[in-house]
Amino acid sequence: MLNRAHGRSPWLLAPALLVGSYQSLAEEVERWKYNMPEGVTPVSQNIHGLHMEMFWWCVGIGVVVFSIMLFSMIFHRKSRGVKPAHFHESTTLEIIWTVIPVVILILMAIPATKSLINLYDTSEADMDVLITGYQWRWKYDYVDEDLSFFSSLSTPREQIEGLAPKGPHYLLEVDEPLVVPINKKIRFLITANDVIHAWWVPALGVKKDAIPGFIKESWTIINEPGVYRGQCAELCGRDHGFMPIVVDARTEEDYRAWLQEKQAAAAAIRELTSKTFTFDELYARGEEVYNRSCAACHQVNGEGIPGTFPSLKGVGVAVGPIDHHIDVVVNGVKGTAMQAFGPQLSEVDIAAVVTYERNAWGNNMGDMTQPIDIYNHKQGN
Amino acid sequence: MAHGPAKGIARWLYTTNHKDIGSMYLWFSFAMFLLGGVFALVIRAELFQPGLQIVDPNFFNQMTTMHGLVMVFGAVMPAFVGLANWMVPMMIGAPDMALPRMNNWSFWILPFAFAMLTSTLFMEGGAPNFGWTFYAPLSTTYAPPSVTFFIFAIHIMGASSIMGAINIIATILNMRAPGMTLMKMPLFVWTWLITAYLLIAVMPVLAGVVTMMLMDIHFGTSFFNAAGGGDPVLFQHIFWFFGHPEVYIMILPAFGIVSAIIPTFSRKPLFGYASMVYATASIAFLSFIVWAHHMFTVGMPLAGELFFMYATMLIAVPTGVKVFNWTATMFKGSLTFETPMLFSIAFVILFTIGGFSGLMLAIAPADFQYHDTYFVVAHFHYVLVPGAIFSITAAVYYWLPKWSGRMYSEVMGKTHFWLAFIGLNVTFFPMHFSGLAGMPRRIPDYHMMFADWNMISSIGAFLFGGAQVLFLYIVISTIVSGRKATDKVWENPEGLEWTVPSPAPYHTFSTPPEVK
Repeated sequence: MLNRAHGRSPWLLAPALLVGSYQSLAEEVERWKYNMPEGVTPVSQNIHGLHMEMFWWCVGIGVVVFSIMLFSMIFHRKSRGVKPAHFHESTTLEIIWTVIPVVILILMAIPATKSLINLYDTSEADMDVLITGYQWRWKYDYVDEDLSFFSSLSTPREQIEGLAPKGPHYLLEVDEPLVVPINKKIRFLITANDVIHAWWVPALGVKKDAIPGFIKESWTIINEPGVYRGQCAELCGRDHGFMPIVVDARTEEDYRAWLQEKQAAAAAIRELTSKTFTFDELYARGEEVYNRSCAACHQVNGEGIPGTFPSLKGVGVAVGPIDHHIDVVVNGVKGTAMQAFGPQLSEVDIAAVVTYERNAWGNNMGDMTQPIDIYNHKQGN
Repeated sequence: MAHGPAKGIARWLYTTNHKDIGSMYLWFSFAMFLLGGVFALVIRAELFQPGLQIVDPNFFNQMTTMHGLVMVFGAVMPAFVGLANWMVPMMIGAPDMALPRMNNWSFWILPFAFAMLTSTLFMEGGAPNFGWTFYAPLSTTYAPPSVTFFIFAIHIMGASSIMGAINIIATILNMRAPGMTLMKMPLFVWTWLITAYLLIAVMPVLAGVVTMMLMDIHFGTSFFNAAGGGDPVLFQHIFWFFGHPEVYIMILPAFGIVSAIIPTFSRKPLFGYASMVYATASIAFLSFIVWAHHMFTVGMPLAGELFFMYATMLIAVPTGVKVFNWTATMFKGSLTFETPMLFSIAFVILFTIGGFSGLMLAIAPADFQYHDTYFVVAHFHYVLVPGAIFSITAAVYYWLPKWSGRMYSEVMGKTHFWLAFIGLNVTFFPMHFSGLAGMPRRIPDYHMMFADWNMISSIGAFLFGGAQVLFLYIVISTIVSGRKATDKVWENPEGLEWTVPSPAPYHTFSTPPEVK
């Protein structure tokens, strides 16, 4: 369990060596960040204001209390020959140090209440995006646009395992970002497919738990075009740390152009369903799909994790009847971590990954399946 | 008259003596503290730099889970029960605990609970990996098979805690020496009395929630499964209805300890005894109506959000009263800085810092940014490590001469203090920064912008860990070869425990003392 079998980088103890190891990125990556970002939405800026206000209240109170303590520690020492006073109990003092904090708390509560009421106003949105958390990726449905796609971590495994230098957006980059228009009120409808996740983008000031079986709401208006990054914020299993969020805010025109392009691409994929592929095409595509969607659990070498995620190498579904194999991939296995990939992957990708699994790692089953077979399976024939 | 202890292992297995049981609780707790510490060091070693170096993410999750469970249920809670066992009878002038056989039982089931919990690390599928808060459905449908052992371990720990609490209440209410009225009891006794009621109120709730999990996993119910008509958020409500009072279970006895130590080394009575009692009771009451502040981001209705925000902010008032009282006690005293006092002063200052971040977290809109980040990790470690751990350490230094009859080395004690104090702050203070900068908790790998703070934290953690090994050495060398302590130990400490010889005889107060 300890020690990954492969790809360990040496355990370096000297900080100096480490600083050197990613110093080349020093210009690109802002380091020593110590405070909450102000963000790019009215909500995030409002929260930042509240945060700073609270912080200064705490600093103020701390300075008063700690000064008195420090004063006593310096001047009321026995070593200075101080004789102890014997005063104790003072109702007046007790009332004072009860009432003053109450007043301060009321002063804190007023802006917090206003801010919260505003945050909860999800009415009159210009567009809706349904966000679904999966182990361990996000799915975005553009509710009125007939467009949906998955968004997965795109950092190569070599970077994670220390075999390649880490990129500037290490662990905070995805294959398909959520693209949205600026200056529009966007309502997020947030849910999950398996366990609880939380969708969090600090620059937007949005964090909401994604709860399977329930839909929670949040909203944002982004003022500046840009790419904003976040992460899942609720422990959701093994790869909780590897399901980032990237929001790409664009101008209305750029957003429209992107939307058309995506819709066209989706149509093209649907076209491919009727095409017949060669074994090599499927195998190559399957390897890509496998490493993106399956390797987190079943591992790149297909051996899984004993006791948690079954091996596909030489045993189990991948070397059993092909119909059952397709069924498991399309419909998942109820009550286990094996999800239904039918709604997540295109017919082409499923055909490719099944073909790959049956022939990789020395499985050599020699058979293959075509997108149209998957399509038929999904239709129930 | 009084007979001495039995010989050999039988003494410890069959003992009904509050001092023996107290010692066993304390040693057990220290063993768990080291075990939980090792788990923490695995976490910090993996987080020393970005990338995956040492452990698999799944094992990392097992470490965060086991660290939390072992520290909360194995280190902090048994340590306080151990201190209560040793000190409550001696403080109220009672010969022993009211229910000595149950006392033996409530201790001896604990090692079995933790043996079961720890054994899950070696099971197929690994140990629980869903966080110490074990949110469903990650801990039910998606849990490793060892979750069932985890559930039974929790049941046993809960039973142990409830029995301990019943015993403490029965002792305090029935066995006080003549003249020891409620409002004359030392604050440690008061805080434990209130803590014991909290335990009896919420441990059954914890038992209930894990039983519901057991039903969902093995018997086809759907308490926490939306597809069957349940609700995953229901789990969180029940868990935190236990979990928030639990936080105070781990801190109220600490308040009692510090309220005993600060007056002794300030040579001045506690400033406001009565207001300290009332503040403790208010905190205990408020602890039952703030649980959902752990759940601000689940999407509660606005009214719920506001209620829990206001109630949580209110806790600052009685907590403030306590801090002001300790400060006023020190003011114009005649201070010396023996090891217990150093730990107590550090307690007041660092716990207050933890209180400040708690107040910030109470502000619901701001919590949307803080929630589940390292800012939260910094917050609760600032209240628990200087809070619970430092107060327990202070208590050990303060009463060890009474228990063992021998004095620890002040130089060693102070060295331990400074190492622990520096280690603690180096470990946990940077977590405020990494959290605010956006680092989520419970992740095994992170972006380079968090790298510097994490490296500092990891270095601090190893320093803090090393300091605790020194602590073990100090305690053992004191017991074995410390110089003889006087009966009073300190200059003019208050309390009945200082009227008996050092070391405290096997049986004390067989004839009740007269309290005026």
